[in-house]
Amino acid sequence: MADRIADPWGPRTPYGPGNGEPSWPVRVDTFLEPGVDEADVDRWTQSASLLHSNGDAMDIAVRGDRIVGVRGRAVDRVNHGRLDPKDLYGWQANNSPDRLRRPLVRDGDRLVETDWETAMGRVVNRSRELLDGPGGWGHFGFYTSGQLFLEDYYTLGVIGKAGIGTPHMDGNTRLCTATAASALKASFGTDGQPGSYRDVDHCDALALWGHNVAETQAVLWMRMLDRRRGPNPPAMLVVDPRETPAAREADLHLPVRAGTNLALVNGLLREVIRNGWYDKEYVTAHTLGFDELCRVVDRYPPDRVAEICDVPVRQIEAAAELLGTAERLFSSVLQGFYQSNQATAAACQVNNLHLVRGMIGRPGAGVCQMNGQPTAQNTRETGADGDLPGLRNWANPEHVRQLARLWNVEPDVIPHWAPPTHAMQIFRYAEQGSIKLLWVSATNPAVSLPDLARIRRILAKPELFLVVQDLFLTETAELADVVLPAATWGEKLGTFTNADRTVHLSEKAVEPPGEARADLDIFLDYARRMDFRDRDGGPLITWTDPESAFEAWKECSRGRPCDYTAISYDRLRGGSGIQWPCTEANPDGTERLYIDGQFNTDPEYSETYGQDLGTGAELPAAEYRAKQPGGRAFLHALDYEPSPEVPSEEYPLLLTTGRTVYQFHTRTKTGRAPQLNNAAPEVWVEVSAEDAKRVGLAEGDLARVESARGTVRARVRVCGIRPGVVFVPFHYGYWDVSGPQRERAANELTITGWDPVSKQPLFKVAAARLTKVADAAGSFAPAPTVGAGAPADPEVPATVGGPDAVSSAEIRED
Amino acid sequence: MQLAHYLGLLHRSLSNLDGAYREVADVHGDEPDVRLCCQRLARQCAAQADRLDPFARRYAEQAPDEPDRLHSELFRGTRTGGLGLLRDLQDLYLMTSECDICWTVVKQAAQGVRDRDLLSVVEGGEGETTIQLAWLRTRIKQAAPQALIVAD
Repeated sequence: MADRIADPWGPRTPYGPGNGEPSWPVRVDTFLEPGVDEADVDRWTQSASLLHSNGDAMDIAVRGDRIVGVRGRAVDRVNHGRLDPKDLYGWQANNSPDRLRRPLVRDGDRLVETDWETAMGRVVNRSRELLDGPGGWGHFGFYTSGQLFLEDYYTLGVIGKAGIGTPHMDGNTRLCTATAASALKASFGTDGQPGSYRDVDHCDALALWGHNVAETQAVLWMRMLDRRRGPNPPAMLVVDPRETPAAREADLHLPVRAGTNLALVNGLLREVIRNGWYDKEYVTAHTLGFDELCRVVDRYPPDRVAEICDVPVRQIEAAAELLGTAERLFSSVLQGFYQSNQATAAACQVNNLHLVRGMIGRPGAGVCQMNGQPTAQNTRETGADGDLPGLRNWANPEHVRQLARLWNVEPDVIPHWAPPTHAMQIFRYAEQGSIKLLWVSATNPAVSLPDLARIRRILAKPELFLVVQDLFLTETAELADVVLPAATWGEKLGTFTNADRTVHLSEKAVEPPGEARADLDIFLDYARRMDFRDRDGGPLITWTDPESAFEAWKECSRGRPCDYTAISYDRLRGGSGIQWPCTEANPDGTERLYIDGQFNTDPEYSETYGQDLGTGAELPAAEYRAKQPGGRAFLHALDYEPSPEVPSEEYPLLLTTGRTVYQFHTRTKTGRAPQLNNAAPEVWVEVSAEDAKRVGLAEGDLARVESARGTVRARVRVCGIRPGVVFVPFHYGYWDVSGPQRERAANELTITGWDPVSKQPLFKVAAARLTKVADAAGSFAPAPTVGAGAPADPEVPATVGGPDAVSSAEIRED
Repeated sequence: MQLAHYLGLLHRSLSNLDGAYREVADVHGDEPDVRLCCQRLARQCAAQADRLDPFARRYAEQAPDEPDRLHSELFRGTRTGGLGLLRDLQDLYLMTSECDICWTVVKQAAQGVRDRDLLSVVEGGEGETTIQLAWLRTRIKQAAPQALIVAD
């Protein structure tokens, strides 16, 4: 029996690389609602996690017509039966009584229930008005998610790109994985994760770059911890300003000053190269740009890096030695790099480390530019985020023609005249009034985008026709003109792909509540009502259900890096997920990319012709061709520059935002699962002992965190975060509080700014100040005690789940 | 030797461009990428001008009086709105182009006088100016359809 609130990672099953193929032991995690045991379950329905990017496979327990629990799938390559606490308990949100059951339309200042005919009629009428006339496409914006299914995204992508013909499409993946995609494209030619989770089984060194893996991908962390507890454990380096569980576990923790990642990685590369810890043969045969890389990183000797990043010289040297002498190095990178200053350049520098050391494409030697959301990979692959479907290059006319042939439309219908419009620019056009219809699906920008006061103003503009497709009446849905009730995980069929390219099938276990519809059905209904046609007058969208949508997508993916052609629903049923590319020649999928050092940089194949990392300038095709990359990877390098906002006299602290292991995004689901919500019920602010003392704050005191944009009031958790930095979790919005006060969401404080290449917003670097509002008066901060916010004060009671959180973790011996 | 005049022209062009980038950053602050990138490029222009200073002084000693009409003024203040942004970016593009061709001219002269130090400064500067042009073109391409076709 395991209380997976008190211990989110469950019991250890140590293992080592051993002889031959190492095997991570199976541990099957199960949680059924109290009063139900396995004998009561009518059927188990196959699925995978939709509450983080790890892609943990699970079966959904159904009794009657209700979901009553979940169980990890022992056969799956990703999790070997284990589940993240969010998955163990999060499914209860499906059964929440406040699910949207009927469409809503605006009637003055109220939303009133209506039928689908009326709701879709309004959307279609407004769409037709706007589409009529030159430039009509430019009035549409689609802002989707990292939580729909592949089939939904591909359909939305075709509607947007070939039906309406607009470049104004993006996903909230812009907030979580845009930098992963940009860094992979820049270094290797196309998106696509080089490594595999199985590299954790083989590695002799682990490096986590701004990746709080214990809280964001709990099962991946279990795998790493099990290696650390077994024979021949990997050495471990963590770069993070917070004292995360991984930082506490690591052999070496570099708590860099927020916003200085690039200086650090430049300095580490310098040491690796100067000490001769690089693979000359690999560099010569498989990379371009080594001399320029050396020229740039040479400007970052350890003493300069120590000064910029505020970490000791000896730690920098020790980190370089750990990275430089490992024989099988596995790196993973996430938001600490992606949402920070010079994001793409810093993420590319991690790729460079692997390239110069030849640490790519073999067991244990891999890099994971992680995703944050469960289906972010599909948003990127299918073109729902603005990129062209199939990881095609919008600047390559032949790639545009391929899509035009596939969809049987004129090539000039497909927007390819400029880079796709990223999320923040879509909201800017809406602010200026040129985007007049914004369709938001499965995301909650009124809590998740930076500078919320501005976002609320934009969403509330009467001249903006706002369509929101969601499960609940979110903060965003409250501002909508039309609200479309959607089915979710467990209530609809489809596939999705995790951060290491593993494709899973998620079956429909139960009917959605009331009149709620599958997202795919909503998009197909819109396409039918809009009567989108191909150039011969036939329907543009020829598929009618998830499986036929998947088959259509397979054709789109054919010959591209994300080739799905040998995957089918039937092949995904019963066994493990399958990693793309998966073709007739390679029907079991592909564990690792680039095993022969041949990268996707050929100009006919690459997804980009390159961008300048400092400005984001698109570089000309001719220049790219002239480099004759011929399958070699690019070593990009850029000088460090301070972030746009640095501490000042008025705002002397740096604010960083992020997650806890118990909540996901804006708590739309996890806030409705009692065990998860009770573990982290309310916003808090993490402060170092040094800063707390300076401001006169102690554990549990109520404080005001202010930036130039707004204010958050939160109780103080004094913990191991680096001095000068404060942390506020971004999960908390306003749907479960009453009153007009808007002082709870971290994004009241963040800046409107983004990385010039990936366009990912800067959530990790805002200048802030902290003042005391009231004494603790006996209360403690509502922060969990097990994660990065582990309290300094031993009096704080431990976070536990109690009897309602009891689950099982069954370790199976081979 | 007339090199000093062209160094002066380049120096003045860079200073003008520095000022213009700053003005555009201020006026179009609601376009955060434009604001941040223009601020960055302004700093870049100022640094380029600083690096040219010693050469401008050195060659000025060997130069006759400056001929007229070598300096031009392109930028006459900023505009607002989507179309205003487009026009401002276009002016920046033209001003940056002037710097670009000045770098080329000065580079030829630097090679002619075998001044390796000057050549090194020029090569650094012209590379940065090329990227500035590429960024402006990218941003203009993004802004143009929405400003010209879509916006009311």
